[in-house]
Amino acid sequence: MAKREVTTKGSGTRDNQASELVLSEAPSELLRELVAHLRQNRTQLREEWVGRISEARLLTAMTKEEIFAEATSVYDSYVEALETETYEDLQNYARNLSERIIPRGVETHEVVGIVLLLRDVLARSLFAKYQTDFKKLNRILDAYEPAANRIANTVAVGFVQERERVIRQQQEAIRELSTPVLQVRERLLILPIIGVIDPQRARQLTEQLLRGIRTNRAKVVVIDITGVAAMDVTVANHLVQTVEASRLLGATVIVTGLSPEIAQTLVTIGVDLGKMNTVGDLQGGIEQAERLLGYKVMAVAEPR
Amino acid sequence: MEVPILKQGEVLIATFQAALSDADLESLRRGLLQQVVRFRSRGVIVDVTAMDVMDSFASRTLREIAHMIRLRGAETVIVGIQPEVAFAMVQLGMTLEGVATALDLEEGLAYLMEKFKNID
Repeated sequence: MAKREVTTKGSGTRDNQASELVLSEAPSELLRELVAHLRQNRTQLREEWVGRISEARLLTAMTKEEIFAEATSVYDSYVEALETETYEDLQNYARNLSERIIPRGVETHEVVGIVLLLRDVLARSLFAKYQTDFKKLNRILDAYEPAANRIANTVAVGFVQERERVIRQQQEAIRELSTPVLQVRERLLILPIIGVIDPQRARQLTEQLLRGIRTNRAKVVVIDITGVAAMDVTVANHLVQTVEASRLLGATVIVTGLSPEIAQTLVTIGVDLGKMNTVGDLQGGIEQAERLLGYKVMAVAEPR
Repeated sequence: MEVPILKQGEVLIATFQAALSDADLESLRRGLLQQVVRFRSRGVIVDVTAMDVMDSFASRTLREIAHMIRLRGAETVIVGIQPEVAFAMVQLGMTLEGVATALDLEEGLAYLMEKFKNID
Protein backbone atom coordinates (compact mmCIF):
# COMPACT_ATOMS: atom_id res chain seq x y z
CA MET A 1 0.00 0.00 0.00
CA ALA A 2 2.58 2.52 1.02
CA LYS A 3 5.05 3.36 -1.62
CA ARG A 4 7.95 3.09 0.61
CA GLU A 5 8.78 0.41 2.99
CA VAL A 6 11.08 0.85 5.88
CA THR A 7 13.37 -1.91 6.75
CA THR A 8 16.05 -2.44 9.28
CA LYS A 9 17.55 -5.49 7.64
CA GLY A 10 21.10 -5.03 6.51
CA SER A 11 20.72 -6.37 3.04
CA GLY A 12 17.87 -4.05 2.31
CA THR A 13 19.60 -0.71 2.64
CA ARG A 14 20.49 -0.09 -0.94
CA ASP A 15 17.21 -1.50 -2.12
CA ASN A 16 15.35 0.82 0.19
CA GLN A 17 16.92 3.90 -1.27
CA ALA A 18 16.38 2.59 -4.74
CA SER A 19 12.68 1.99 -4.19
CA GLU A 20 12.33 5.47 -2.82
CA LEU A 21 13.75 7.05 -5.90
CA VAL A 22 11.90 5.42 -8.68
CA LEU A 23 9.24 2.77 -8.98
CA SER A 24 10.83 0.88 -11.75
CA GLU A 25 14.47 0.62 -12.60
CA ALA A 26 15.41 -0.43 -16.05
CA PRO A 27 15.01 -4.18 -16.40
CA SER A 28 18.63 -4.57 -17.35
CA GLU A 29 19.61 -2.86 -14.15
CA LEU A 30 17.54 -5.35 -12.22
CA LEU A 31 19.01 -8.18 -14.18
CA ARG A 32 22.50 -7.01 -13.34
CA GLU A 33 21.65 -6.90 -9.70
CA LEU A 34 20.13 -10.32 -9.92
CA VAL A 35 23.15 -11.76 -11.71
CA ALA A 36 25.49 -10.25 -9.14
CA HIS A 37 23.50 -11.92 -6.39
CA LEU A 38 23.62 -15.25 -8.16
CA ARG A 39 27.35 -14.98 -8.67
CA GLN A 40 28.00 -13.98 -5.10
CA ASN A 41 26.09 -16.93 -3.74
CA ARG A 42 27.25 -19.34 -6.34
CA THR A 43 28.77 -21.98 -4.09
CA GLN A 44 25.87 -22.13 -1.71
CA LEU A 45 23.15 -22.09 -4.36
CA ARG A 46 24.90 -24.70 -6.44
CA GLU A 47 25.20 -26.99 -3.44
CA GLU A 48 21.55 -26.53 -2.65
CA TRP A 49 20.70 -27.39 -6.23
CA VAL A 50 22.80 -30.55 -6.27
CA GLY A 51 21.08 -31.56 -3.05
CA ARG A 52 17.65 -31.09 -4.62
CA ILE A 53 18.77 -33.11 -7.65
CA SER A 54 19.68 -36.13 -5.60
CA GLU A 55 16.56 -35.70 -3.45
CA ALA A 56 14.48 -35.89 -6.59
CA ARG A 57 16.50 -38.93 -7.67
CA LEU A 58 17.52 -37.41 -10.96
CA LEU A 59 20.67 -38.17 -12.96
CA THR A 60 21.04 -41.51 -11.26
CA ALA A 61 23.08 -42.67 -14.24
CA MET A 62 25.86 -40.25 -13.29
CA THR A 63 28.35 -40.25 -10.43
CA LYS A 64 28.43 -37.57 -7.74
CA GLU A 65 31.56 -36.03 -9.22
CA GLU A 66 30.07 -35.91 -12.69
CA ILE A 67 26.89 -34.31 -11.40
CA PHE A 68 28.91 -31.72 -9.55
CA ALA A 69 31.00 -30.92 -12.60
CA GLU A 70 28.00 -30.60 -14.88
CA ALA A 71 26.09 -28.64 -12.25
CA THR A 72 28.90 -26.13 -12.12
CA SER A 73 28.89 -25.74 -15.91
CA VAL A 74 25.14 -25.49 -16.10
CA TYR A 75 24.98 -22.96 -13.26
CA ASP A 76 27.58 -20.74 -14.87
CA SER A 77 25.97 -20.99 -18.29
CA TYR A 78 22.60 -20.23 -16.71
CA VAL A 79 23.85 -17.11 -15.02
CA GLU A 80 25.69 -16.02 -18.12
CA ALA A 81 22.56 -16.43 -20.23
CA LEU A 82 20.68 -14.30 -17.72
CA GLU A 83 23.38 -11.69 -17.89
CA THR A 84 23.94 -11.47 -21.62
CA GLU A 85 20.33 -12.26 -22.56
CA THR A 86 21.70 -14.33 -25.41
CA TYR A 87 20.88 -17.97 -25.51
CA GLU A 88 23.02 -19.30 -28.34
CA ASP A 89 25.89 -20.33 -26.10
CA LEU A 90 23.44 -21.99 -23.79
CA GLN A 91 21.84 -23.87 -26.67
CA ASN A 92 25.23 -25.07 -27.86
CA TYR A 93 26.09 -26.11 -24.35
CA ALA A 94 22.79 -27.97 -24.04
CA ARG A 95 23.42 -29.84 -27.29
CA ASN A 96 26.95 -30.61 -26.23
CA LEU A 97 25.76 -31.83 -22.85
CA SER A 98 23.15 -34.01 -24.54
CA GLU A 99 25.73 -35.55 -26.79
CA ARG A 100 27.64 -36.60 -23.72
CA ILE A 101 24.88 -37.81 -21.49
CA ILE A 102 22.36 -39.36 -23.88
CA PRO A 103 24.57 -42.43 -24.40
CA ARG A 104 24.61 -42.73 -20.60
CA GLY A 105 20.88 -43.21 -20.61
CA VAL A 106 19.86 -39.83 -19.21
CA GLU A 107 16.24 -39.07 -20.08
CA THR A 108 14.61 -35.87 -21.23
CA HIS A 109 12.55 -35.51 -18.06
CA GLU A 110 15.74 -35.59 -16.00
CA VAL A 111 17.37 -32.80 -17.96
CA VAL A 112 14.27 -30.63 -17.92
CA GLY A 113 13.82 -31.57 -14.28
CA ILE A 114 17.20 -30.33 -13.13
CA VAL A 115 16.88 -27.08 -15.03
CA LEU A 116 13.53 -26.43 -13.41
CA LEU A 117 15.01 -27.29 -10.01
CA LEU A 118 17.73 -24.73 -10.58
CA ARG A 119 15.09 -22.22 -11.52
CA ASP A 120 13.29 -22.96 -8.26
CA VAL A 121 16.44 -22.77 -6.14
CA LEU A 122 17.39 -19.42 -7.63
CA ALA A 123 13.86 -18.07 -7.35
CA ARG A 124 13.70 -19.05 -3.70
CA SER A 125 16.93 -17.28 -3.00
CA LEU A 126 15.44 -14.17 -4.60
CA PHE A 127 12.37 -14.48 -2.42
CA ALA A 128 14.65 -14.69 0.58
CA LYS A 129 16.73 -11.71 -0.45
CA TYR A 130 13.89 -9.35 -1.30
CA GLN A 131 11.33 -10.58 1.19
CA THR A 132 11.14 -7.19 2.83
CA ASP A 133 10.54 -5.30 -0.36
CA PHE A 134 7.61 -6.94 -2.05
CA LYS A 135 7.40 -4.46 -4.89
CA LYS A 136 11.06 -4.84 -5.67
CA LEU A 137 10.73 -8.58 -5.51
CA ASN A 138 8.00 -8.34 -8.10
CA ARG A 139 10.14 -6.26 -10.38
CA ILE A 140 13.07 -8.60 -9.96
CA LEU A 141 10.83 -11.53 -10.77
CA ASP A 142 9.50 -9.63 -13.79
CA ALA A 143 13.03 -9.57 -15.06
CA TYR A 144 13.96 -13.05 -13.89
CA GLU A 145 10.99 -15.13 -14.94
CA PRO A 146 10.95 -14.59 -18.71
CA ALA A 147 14.69 -15.15 -18.83
CA ALA A 148 14.48 -18.28 -16.66
CA ASN A 149 11.64 -19.66 -18.77
CA ARG A 150 13.58 -19.00 -21.92
CA ILE A 151 16.54 -20.84 -20.43
CA ALA A 152 14.49 -23.89 -19.48
CA ASN A 153 13.02 -23.90 -22.95
CA THR A 154 16.38 -23.57 -24.65
CA VAL A 155 17.91 -26.41 -22.70
CA ALA A 156 14.94 -28.71 -23.26
CA VAL A 157 14.80 -27.95 -26.98
CA GLY A 158 18.55 -28.38 -27.34
CA PHE A 159 18.35 -31.74 -25.62
CA VAL A 160 15.46 -32.96 -27.71
CA GLN A 161 17.07 -31.78 -30.93
CA GLU A 162 20.15 -33.77 -30.09
CA ARG A 163 18.10 -36.87 -29.40
CA GLU A 164 16.29 -36.45 -32.69
CA ARG A 165 19.58 -36.10 -34.48
CA VAL A 166 20.82 -39.34 -32.92
CA ILE A 167 17.61 -41.12 -33.84
CA ARG A 168 17.84 -39.97 -37.44
CA GLN A 169 21.44 -41.10 -37.60
CA GLN A 170 20.53 -44.50 -36.23
CA GLN A 171 17.64 -44.87 -38.61
CA GLU A 172 19.95 -44.12 -41.50
CA ALA A 173 22.47 -46.65 -40.23
CA ILE A 174 19.79 -49.29 -39.88
CA ARG A 175 18.60 -48.63 -43.39
CA GLU A 176 22.08 -48.96 -44.81
CA LEU A 177 22.70 -52.12 -42.81
CA SER A 178 19.58 -53.80 -43.91
CA THR A 179 19.81 -53.59 -47.64
CA PRO A 180 23.06 -55.09 -48.82
CA VAL A 181 23.27 -56.06 -52.45
CA LEU A 182 25.37 -59.19 -52.62
CA GLN A 183 27.07 -60.73 -55.60
CA VAL A 184 27.09 -64.51 -55.25
CA ARG A 185 28.08 -65.51 -58.76
CA GLU A 186 29.23 -63.75 -61.85
CA ARG A 187 26.22 -61.77 -63.07
CA LEU A 188 24.05 -62.92 -60.13
CA LEU A 189 23.00 -60.60 -57.32
CA ILE A 190 21.05 -61.37 -54.20
CA LEU A 191 19.11 -58.75 -52.28
CA PRO A 192 17.92 -60.19 -48.95
CA ILE A 193 15.38 -57.88 -47.36
CA ILE A 194 14.71 -58.10 -43.66
CA GLY A 195 12.30 -56.20 -41.49
CA VAL A 196 9.94 -53.40 -42.15
CA ILE A 197 9.88 -51.71 -45.50
CA ASP A 198 8.47 -48.25 -45.60
CA PRO A 199 8.21 -46.30 -48.85
CA GLN A 200 11.46 -44.50 -48.14
CA ARG A 201 13.37 -47.69 -47.58
CA ALA A 202 11.76 -49.27 -50.62
CA ARG A 203 12.97 -46.38 -52.73
CA GLN A 204 16.46 -46.60 -51.32
CA LEU A 205 16.45 -50.34 -51.99
CA THR A 206 15.54 -49.81 -55.62
CA GLU A 207 18.21 -47.20 -56.17
CA GLN A 208 20.83 -49.39 -54.53
CA LEU A 209 19.79 -52.40 -56.57
CA LEU A 210 19.84 -50.56 -59.90
CA ARG A 211 23.28 -49.18 -59.17
CA GLY A 212 24.39 -52.67 -58.17
CA ILE A 213 23.07 -54.15 -61.40
CA ARG A 214 25.05 -51.67 -63.39
CA THR A 215 28.25 -52.02 -61.35
CA ASN A 216 28.20 -55.80 -61.27
CA ARG A 217 26.73 -56.20 -64.75
CA ALA A 218 24.18 -58.51 -63.25
CA LYS A 219 21.86 -60.44 -65.48
CA VAL A 220 19.82 -62.04 -62.72
CA VAL A 221 18.75 -60.67 -59.35
CA VAL A 222 17.14 -62.71 -56.60
CA ILE A 223 15.15 -60.54 -54.20
CA ASP A 224 14.39 -62.52 -51.08
CA ILE A 225 11.60 -61.23 -48.87
CA THR A 226 11.42 -64.12 -46.41
CA GLY A 227 12.31 -61.67 -43.67
CA VAL A 228 9.55 -59.24 -44.51
CA ALA A 229 6.47 -59.80 -42.41
CA ALA A 230 4.02 -57.54 -44.13
CA MET A 231 3.80 -55.30 -47.10
CA ASP A 232 1.20 -52.71 -47.80
CA VAL A 233 -0.07 -51.87 -51.25
CA THR A 234 2.31 -48.94 -51.68
CA VAL A 235 5.34 -51.05 -50.98
CA ALA A 236 4.08 -53.92 -53.10
CA ASN A 237 3.86 -51.46 -55.98
CA HIS A 238 7.42 -50.38 -55.26
CA LEU A 239 8.49 -54.01 -55.53
CA VAL A 240 6.79 -54.34 -58.91
CA GLN A 241 8.47 -51.13 -60.05
CA THR A 242 11.82 -52.46 -58.90
CA VAL A 243 11.31 -55.55 -61.00
CA GLU A 244 10.36 -53.46 -64.02
CA ALA A 245 13.22 -51.01 -63.61
CA SER A 246 15.69 -53.88 -63.29
CA ARG A 247 14.42 -55.29 -66.54
CA LEU A 248 15.12 -51.96 -68.24
CA LEU A 249 18.73 -52.49 -67.22
CA GLY A 250 18.70 -55.91 -68.79
CA ALA A 251 18.38 -57.93 -65.58
CA THR A 252 15.81 -60.59 -64.74
CA VAL A 253 14.40 -60.50 -61.23
CA ILE A 254 13.32 -63.55 -59.26
CA VAL A 255 11.36 -62.83 -56.08
CA THR A 256 11.56 -65.47 -53.39
CA GLY A 257 10.16 -66.03 -49.94
CA LEU A 258 6.71 -64.52 -50.33
CA SER A 259 4.64 -65.17 -47.24
CA PRO A 260 0.97 -66.09 -47.68
CA GLU A 261 -0.02 -62.58 -46.53
CA ILE A 262 2.18 -60.89 -49.06
CA ALA A 263 1.05 -63.24 -51.80
CA GLN A 264 -2.49 -62.21 -50.90
CA THR A 265 -1.58 -58.52 -51.10
CA LEU A 266 -0.02 -58.95 -54.52
CA VAL A 267 -3.06 -60.76 -55.86
CA THR A 268 -5.37 -58.17 -54.33
CA ILE A 269 -3.66 -55.24 -55.97
CA GLY A 270 -3.82 -57.03 -59.25
CA VAL A 271 -0.15 -57.44 -59.91
CA ASP A 272 0.34 -59.10 -63.23
CA LEU A 273 2.10 -62.17 -61.89
CA GLY A 274 3.12 -63.07 -65.39
CA LYS A 275 5.47 -60.12 -65.12
CA MET A 276 6.91 -61.23 -61.84
CA ASN A 277 9.06 -64.27 -61.59
CA THR A 278 8.54 -65.86 -58.19
CA VAL A 279 9.92 -68.94 -56.54
CA GLY A 280 9.07 -70.35 -53.12
CA ASP A 281 12.30 -70.02 -51.24
CA LEU A 282 15.77 -68.55 -51.61
CA GLN A 283 17.35 -71.90 -52.40
CA GLY A 284 14.93 -72.47 -55.24
CA GLY A 285 15.46 -68.94 -56.43
CA ILE A 286 19.23 -69.31 -56.60
CA GLU A 287 18.89 -72.63 -58.39
CA GLN A 288 16.66 -71.10 -61.01
CA ALA A 289 18.98 -68.12 -61.35
CA GLU A 290 21.89 -70.45 -61.97
CA ARG A 291 19.93 -72.27 -64.63
CA LEU A 292 19.11 -68.96 -66.31
CA LEU A 293 22.77 -68.07 -66.31
CA GLY A 294 23.78 -71.41 -67.72
CA TYR A 295 25.30 -72.84 -64.58
CA LYS A 296 24.93 -76.43 -63.62
CA VAL A 297 25.73 -77.39 -60.04
CA MET A 298 26.94 -80.93 -59.43
CA ALA A 299 28.32 -82.63 -56.40
CA VAL A 300 31.89 -83.63 -57.20
CA ALA A 301 32.73 -85.33 -53.93
CA GLU A 302 31.08 -86.35 -50.72
CA PRO A 303 30.81 -83.59 -48.13
CA ARG A 304 33.59 -83.94 -45.58
CA MET B 1 20.07 -33.51 -84.84
CA GLU B 2 21.00 -36.63 -86.70
CA VAL B 3 21.24 -39.88 -84.86
CA PRO B 4 24.31 -41.76 -86.11
CA ILE B 5 23.51 -45.27 -87.30
CA LEU B 6 26.40 -47.67 -87.63
CA LYS B 7 26.39 -51.06 -89.23
CA GLN B 8 28.09 -53.98 -87.52
CA GLY B 9 27.55 -57.09 -89.61
CA GLU B 10 23.90 -57.98 -89.45
CA VAL B 11 23.27 -55.48 -86.69
CA LEU B 12 22.54 -51.76 -86.86
CA ILE B 13 23.56 -49.59 -83.93
CA ALA B 14 21.82 -46.26 -83.39
CA THR B 15 23.33 -44.09 -80.68
CA PHE B 16 21.16 -41.41 -79.11
CA GLN B 17 22.82 -38.14 -78.19
CA ALA B 18 21.66 -36.35 -75.07
CA ALA B 19 18.59 -34.35 -76.01
CA LEU B 20 16.41 -35.51 -78.86
CA SER B 21 13.50 -33.45 -80.05
CA ASP B 22 10.25 -35.02 -81.15
CA ALA B 23 11.19 -34.28 -84.77
CA ASP B 24 14.51 -36.11 -84.31
CA LEU B 25 12.69 -39.14 -82.95
CA GLU B 26 10.31 -39.07 -85.91
CA SER B 27 13.12 -38.92 -88.46
CA LEU B 28 14.98 -41.66 -86.60
CA ARG B 29 11.95 -43.90 -86.84
CA ARG B 30 11.81 -43.47 -90.58
CA GLY B 31 15.56 -43.63 -91.08
CA LEU B 32 16.09 -46.77 -89.01
CA LEU B 33 13.42 -48.73 -90.82
CA GLN B 34 14.85 -47.70 -94.18
CA GLN B 35 18.31 -48.91 -93.14
CA VAL B 36 16.96 -52.23 -91.86
CA VAL B 37 15.36 -52.81 -95.25
CA ARG B 38 18.42 -51.64 -97.18
CA PHE B 39 20.91 -53.82 -95.32
CA ARG B 40 18.58 -56.66 -94.50
CA SER B 41 19.66 -56.35 -90.87
CA ARG B 42 18.60 -58.99 -88.41
CA GLY B 43 19.02 -56.85 -85.32
CA VAL B 44 19.00 -53.24 -84.15
CA ILE B 45 20.57 -51.83 -81.04
CA VAL B 46 19.38 -48.44 -79.80
CA ASP B 47 21.91 -47.06 -77.35
CA VAL B 48 20.36 -44.51 -74.98
CA THR B 49 23.29 -44.27 -72.57
CA ALA B 50 23.54 -40.53 -73.15
CA MET B 51 19.89 -39.88 -72.36
CA ASP B 52 19.40 -38.53 -68.89
CA VAL B 53 15.67 -38.23 -69.18
CA MET B 54 13.04 -40.22 -71.06
CA ASP B 55 9.63 -38.76 -71.69
CA SER B 56 6.50 -40.58 -72.76
CA PHE B 57 6.86 -39.60 -76.40
CA ALA B 58 10.36 -41.03 -76.59
CA SER B 59 9.24 -44.15 -74.78
CA ARG B 60 6.30 -44.67 -77.13
CA THR B 61 8.46 -44.02 -80.18
CA LEU B 62 11.00 -46.61 -79.07
CA ARG B 63 8.24 -49.17 -78.66
CA GLU B 64 6.86 -48.37 -82.07
CA ILE B 65 10.31 -48.61 -83.66
CA ALA B 66 10.80 -52.04 -82.09
CA HIS B 67 7.42 -53.27 -83.32
CA MET B 68 7.96 -51.98 -86.86
CA ILE B 69 11.39 -53.56 -87.02
CA ARG B 70 10.00 -56.85 -85.78
CA LEU B 71 7.55 -56.78 -88.69
CA ARG B 72 10.64 -56.85 -90.89
CA GLY B 73 11.82 -59.95 -89.07
CA ALA B 74 14.50 -58.16 -87.05
CA GLU B 75 14.96 -57.83 -83.29
CA THR B 76 15.46 -54.54 -81.42
CA VAL B 77 17.33 -54.15 -78.15
CA ILE B 78 17.37 -50.95 -76.13
CA VAL B 79 20.60 -50.60 -74.17
CA GLY B 80 22.17 -48.18 -71.72
CA ILE B 81 19.14 -46.99 -69.77
CA GLN B 82 20.60 -45.25 -66.71
CA PRO B 83 19.42 -46.31 -63.22
CA GLU B 84 17.86 -42.91 -62.48
CA VAL B 85 16.08 -42.88 -65.82
CA ALA B 86 14.83 -46.46 -65.32
CA PHE B 87 13.48 -45.54 -61.91
CA ALA B 88 11.69 -42.46 -63.23
CA MET B 89 10.27 -44.40 -66.15
CA VAL B 90 8.68 -47.16 -64.09
CA GLN B 91 7.21 -44.63 -61.70
CA LEU B 92 5.42 -43.05 -64.63
CA GLY B 93 4.34 -46.41 -65.94
CA MET B 94 6.62 -46.40 -68.99
CA THR B 95 7.92 -49.93 -68.96
CA LEU B 96 8.82 -50.44 -72.62
CA GLU B 97 6.71 -53.53 -72.57
CA GLY B 98 7.49 -56.08 -75.23
CA VAL B 99 10.84 -54.53 -76.09
CA ALA B 100 14.09 -56.30 -75.25
CA THR B 101 16.54 -54.42 -73.07
CA ALA B 102 20.13 -54.95 -72.06
CA LEU B 103 22.66 -53.25 -69.82
CA ASP B 104 24.98 -51.91 -72.51
CA LEU B 105 26.22 -52.35 -76.05
CA GLU B 106 28.25 -55.44 -75.21
CA GLU B 107 25.30 -57.14 -73.55
CA GLY B 108 23.00 -56.06 -76.35
CA LEU B 109 25.23 -57.64 -78.97
CA ALA B 110 25.59 -60.82 -76.91
CA TYR B 111 21.80 -61.01 -76.63
CA LEU B 112 21.33 -60.65 -80.38
CA MET B 113 24.02 -63.22 -81.20
CA GLU B 114 22.30 -65.67 -78.89
CA LYS B 115 18.98 -64.95 -80.55
CA PHE B 116 20.39 -65.41 -84.03
CA LYS B 117 21.93 -68.74 -83.01
CA ASN B 118 18.59 -70.01 -81.78
CA ILE B 119 16.82 -68.95 -84.91
CA ASP B 120 19.30 -70.57 -87.30
